[in-house]
Amino acid sequence: MFLIYCPYCEEHREEEEFHPKGQAHIARPADPEACSDEEWGDYLFFRDNPRGIHHELWVHAVGCRKFFNITRNTVSYEILETYRMGEQPRFTAEYPEGKPAEKKSAAAKEVAQQEGVKA
Amino acid sequence: MSQSLKQPNRLKEGGRIDRARRLSFTYNGKTYQGHAGDTLASALLANGVDVVNRSFKYSRPRGIVAAGAEEPNALVQLGSNEAAQVPNVRATQQALFDGLVARSTNGWPNVQRDAMSLVGKLGGRFMPPGFYYKTFMAPASMWMTYEKFIRKGAGLGRSPMERDPDSYDHLNQHCDLLVIGAGPAGLAAALTAARAGARVILCDEQEELGGSLLDSRELLDDRPAAQWAEQAVAELAECANVTLLPRTTANGYHDHHFVTLHERRTEHLGETAPTVDGVRSTRSRMHRVRAGQVLLATGAHERPLVYAGNDVPGNLVAGAVSTYIRRYGVVPGNRLVLSVSNDHAYRAALDWDEAGREVVAIVDARRHPDGELVEQARARGIRIIEGSAVIEAKGDKRVSGARVATIDAEAFTVTGQAETLACDTIASSGGYSPVIHLASHTGARPTWNEEILGFVPSLVKGVHAAGSARGVHDLAGGLADGMAKAREALTALGRSADAIELPRADVIREGQACALYQVPHEKPTLRAPKQFVDLQNDVTAAAIELATREGFESIEHVKRYTAMGFGTDQGKLGNINGMAIAARCLGKSIPEVGTTVFRPNYTPVTFGAIVGRHCRDLFDPERYTALHQWHVEHGAEFEDVGQWKRPWYFPRTVDGKKESMDEAVARECLAVREKVGILDASTLGKIDIQGPDAREFLGRIYTNKWAKLAPGRARYGLMCKDDGMLMDDGTTSCLAENHFLMTTTTGGAAGVMEWLELWHQTEWPELDVTFTSVTDQWATMTVTGPEARKLLGEITDIDLDRDAFKFMDWREGKVADVPARVFRISFTGELAYEINVQANYAMHVWKTLFEHGEKYGLTPYGTETMHVLRAEKGFIIAGQDTDGSVTPEDLGMQWAIGYDKPNSWVGKRALSRPDTRRTDRKQLVGLRPKDPSVVLEEGAQIVFDPDHAIPMPMVGHVTSSYYSPTLKSGFALAVVKGGHQRMGETVYLPMVDGKTHAAEIVGTIFVDPKGERQNV
Repeated sequence: MFLIYCPYCEEHREEEEFHPKGQAHIARPADPEACSDEEWGDYLFFRDNPRGIHHELWVHAVGCRKFFNITRNTVSYEILETYRMGEQPRFTAEYPEGKPAEKKSAAAKEVAQQEGVKA
Repeated sequence: MSQSLKQPNRLKEGGRIDRARRLSFTYNGKTYQGHAGDTLASALLANGVDVVNRSFKYSRPRGIVAAGAEEPNALVQLGSNEAAQVPNVRATQQALFDGLVARSTNGWPNVQRDAMSLVGKLGGRFMPPGFYYKTFMAPASMWMTYEKFIRKGAGLGRSPMERDPDSYDHLNQHCDLLVIGAGPAGLAAALTAARAGARVILCDEQEELGGSLLDSRELLDDRPAAQWAEQAVAELAECANVTLLPRTTANGYHDHHFVTLHERRTEHLGETAPTVDGVRSTRSRMHRVRAGQVLLATGAHERPLVYAGNDVPGNLVAGAVSTYIRRYGVVPGNRLVLSVSNDHAYRAALDWDEAGREVVAIVDARRHPDGELVEQARARGIRIIEGSAVIEAKGDKRVSGARVATIDAEAFTVTGQAETLACDTIASSGGYSPVIHLASHTGARPTWNEEILGFVPSLVKGVHAAGSARGVHDLAGGLADGMAKAREALTALGRSADAIELPRADVIREGQACALYQVPHEKPTLRAPKQFVDLQNDVTAAAIELATREGFESIEHVKRYTAMGFGTDQGKLGNINGMAIAARCLGKSIPEVGTTVFRPNYTPVTFGAIVGRHCRDLFDPERYTALHQWHVEHGAEFEDVGQWKRPWYFPRTVDGKKESMDEAVARECLAVREKVGILDASTLGKIDIQGPDAREFLGRIYTNKWAKLAPGRARYGLMCKDDGMLMDDGTTSCLAENHFLMTTTTGGAAGVMEWLELWHQTEWPELDVTFTSVTDQWATMTVTGPEARKLLGEITDIDLDRDAFKFMDWREGKVADVPARVFRISFTGELAYEINVQANYAMHVWKTLFEHGEKYGLTPYGTETMHVLRAEKGFIIAGQDTDGSVTPEDLGMQWAIGYDKPNSWVGKRALSRPDTRRTDRKQLVGLRPKDPSVVLEEGAQIVFDPDHAIPMPMVGHVTSSYYSPTLKSGFALAVVKGGHQRMGETVYLPMVDGKTHAAEIVGTIFVDPKGERQNV
C-alpha cells in the first residue's frame, strides 16, 4: 500500500484515501471536432505502459478532493515526487535523477517540508 | 482416556522452562504433561511422541524435524470444541497451556495406524510429479469431485463450523526503525537506535525475545549469552520510545515500508481469549506498521541434508537438537548420529553429549575438518567419520540406524562400503539459509553468495539486513552488524546514532564448510529409497530429477510441477536443496537455475487476524435514509443499493397471511396508477452547483442544452464519458441564475461528483464553479398518482394549479409547515411531486402526508414497484439498461443530444466515430413476450433464429424485465442489434431449461406513450 504525499494537503497519507485516475498529462485536443478518427482514438484509448518512470493522475478522493500528479517507478514502486495540476515533473524518463536546473530548489523545498513535519 | 505422567526425554535440569508449573495437555486423545515455557513440540518430544503426522501424498509417518517456523511436519489442529478449531498450527510455534487439545492434521483413523498408508505406499509408485495434473484434469468438469476426495485424503486441516467467539484488532503504528527479529543482530540494532532516541518497534515471532541467544553455548561478557539477552530486553522495555512485540510475526512486507505484523496475544494462554477485569481480551492484533526504515534481523534456517529415508521420525535438523536440549531441557532421543557439512552444527553433538546421552558418531562430509568445535568433539572422544555422510536412515516409525559411507560430494558418488550405525536419532546440517522472505516480498531478487552457500537478500531503499539474515552467522559479527546497520538506517533518516558498547564475545575459529545438499546413494536417485526435499508436500529428489528430465528447466516450473515449496511451508527447509538438485540434474549452478521467491504471508495467518473488526455489522457501512425507522416499523423488505438500505416493497399481512413480493408489487403499482403512492427517494445523489460559470459547465458535461433553462425549471440530462458512452443520467434544476441542483443515480453519486471535479480541475480550471454533495442534507419523497395534487394541496402553500406549476417546474414553499423544494418530475409516468426537505424534517413531513393520505389511498412503495413503473414508461436505469457500451443514440434518445451546441461537450466527438455510427449496434427496444404470462429473465440472450445450429449468433440481451399489473402481461427492455429498425419482428430467447421464449420487438414505452398522465 502506497504512502502518498498530497501536494495540496502537504501531508503523507495512506493510499486508501486516494484513487488512481490513469496516465497524467493526457491533453484533450483543444478542438475535438477537428481531430481525425485516429487522433481521437489515440486520445481516448492509447496509454503508455512503461517499465520505470511513469507519470500518473491521482485524486485525494476522501481528503481534499484535489487532482494531482505522481511520478512513480513502476518497477520499484518508489514515488519520486508528487506535484500539483499544471506543474511539470522534475523526474522524467529522460532525467531519472531529476532535471538539473530544478534540483537545488527542490532540495530546499524538501527540507522545508521535513521541517514542517517536525514542527 | 489414557494418561502419561512421565516425560522420558526430559532432562533433570536445564532449559528455560518453569519446572514448578506442570501443564496437562491432550494430543490425539491422550493426555500428557509438560511445563510452562514448553512449546507443544518440545512437550511432545519430552513425552517421547515420535509420530506426529502422516505425509501429504505417501502417508508416511512423520516426526518433528525443526524447532521453529520452518517445521514442515508437526502441523496440528487445535481446539477442544468446534468454535475453537484452528487448523495448520505448527506445534513448534504453539506455546503449551494447561488444557491444550491438539490433533494431528493428517492421518485416519490415527497417525499410528493409517488406512491411507498402504494406498500411499502402493500409490507412491503411481504418483509421479505432476500426478494431479496428469490424472485429474480431464474431464475438467470432474475436478471439483476429485479435489474434494484428494483434500479429504490429504488432510489439510479444517475450518471451524461455528462462530469464532474471539475478537481481533488492527492497529496502525508508526516508527523510525522497525527491527524484525530479536536475536543478537536485532537486539544490538534496537539498543543502538533506542539509545539514540529513535522510535523503535522490535518484534519477534517467538514466545521470548532473544532468538539464538536463548540456546547459545557461547558467553557474552563471560556470562551465558541468554543473560545478556535478558538484560538487553529489560533495558529496551524501560524505553518510552521502544515498542517490544514478542509472539509477533512480521508476515508481509508491502509497499513503502508498510509491514504487517501479527501479534498473538492470548494463544499462549488458552484456546480462546481470557476475560480480564470483566473485559474479554482480543486474541490477536494486526499491527499495520508504516516504518521510516526497516531492519531485517530474521536470522537463518538450517538446511537439512537430503538422504534416503530422511523423513523417518527421529531425523532432525542439527540446530533443533540444540534448541530442544538447551532451551526446553528435552533430548529428543538416546543415540545420536550427526551428519554435517560445517563446523557450526557440531554444537548439537556437544549439547547431546553434555545431556548425558550417547553420540554414536559425527559424520562429516569434509575430508579434514579442523575447526575449534571439531577439536572439542575430538577431545571428548566422540567418533568423527571424515569425508562421509549418512546416506540412508533405517527404520519405520522411528530411526533404528544410519547407513554411513564415504562420499565424493562433487562427483555425487558413494566411494566406500556403507557401515550401519545403530542409533535412534539422526541430526543433519547442510548449512544455513538466510531468512530472506520479507526482502523477497519487496520484489528484489536475492543473490547467491558462494562464500556462505546461501541466498542473501537484495534490498530496496530503506530496507537493511543484519546478522545471519545476510549471512553473518558468527555471534560477535552479528552483534556488530546489527549495530552498524541500525546506524546506517538512522543516517538515512537524517538522524544519527552513536556506537554502543557491545558485549565481548569469544571468536570461535570455524573451518570452511563444504557444499552438500543431496547426499549420493549407492543406487541412482530414481531407484534409491525416497530422499525427501520438501517434507510437507512430499517432494523427493527423484521427483525433481524427473521434472528436469521432462523438460522443466526453470526452477519456477519445477516448483509448480512438483509442488515444492507450496502450501503453508513456502519452502523454508526445502527450496535451496531442491534448487541444488535441479542444478545438478541440469548441469548448471544454483544461481543459473534461478532464484527463489517468497510471497506473503511468511506463516499462516488466521482469517480472524486479517479481518479484525471488519466483520458482521462492521463489515461495510450501511446508509439509512432519514425515514428508515418508519420503513422498519411498517414491515418493509430492504434492498441493498450500494451502501444504502432502500425499502424494496412493503408486504401487507391480510388475514394473517403475508403478501408475496409479486402480490405486494402488483398492489403498489396499481395504487400509483389509480390513486397515489409515495416513495422514499432520498438516496438519489444530489450535487449543489454554484458559480458564474455553472451553466457553461453543465453545457459541457451534459449532452443536451442548458443555456436557456430558467430559474424554476428542471431538465433531464444525459452524461457521457468522452468515448460517447452513457455514464449517468438525472434531472438538474435551475435554482437561480448561477445556482443549480443536479441529481444522479443512487449508485452513481460519488462517481459523478469525482467526474465533475476531474473535468473542472484538469480541463476547465478557468471556469468559476463549485460542487458540493448535498445528498444527505436533503430528504426526497416522491408523491405520485392521479390523487397526488389533491393530497399535496392539503398541506402546502405552493400553488399547485396545473398552469402555475407545470410539468418540469420546481417551486419553493412550505410543506407541512417546513421549508421545501417541490419538483414536478415524474419517474412513474403519473402526476408526481418530488418533495425535498431538510433531512431532519423528513419524518414529520412523511407522517403528515400519511395523516392526510388515508382518504386518497396513499400507499408506500419500494424500489421494485419503482422499477416496474419506470420500465412501463421506458425510463432507463443507467447501469442496468446500460453497461458502458451504450450511447444515447443506442437508447433512442436523440432528443437529448445537442449536436448543434456551440461547445464540444464531453462525448460529442466520439459519437461520430465509425463504430458509434454503425447501424447494427445493440439498441434499446421493448419486448412483449408472445405468452403474456412469461416474465423473461434479465440477462437472457436473444437470437434471431432459434433453429440455428449451436453456437447461435447472440444478438442482444434482456436488460430489465417485469410483470406489469397494468398491462396484465410480462414486458421487458432489451438491447438488440439494429433493434430500432426491427419493430414488430419476433426474436427468441433460448433458456437454460431448454425452453425457448418468443417475443415481439416493440417500442420502449408500454404505458401512456403520449405522456398525458404525467402532464395533468
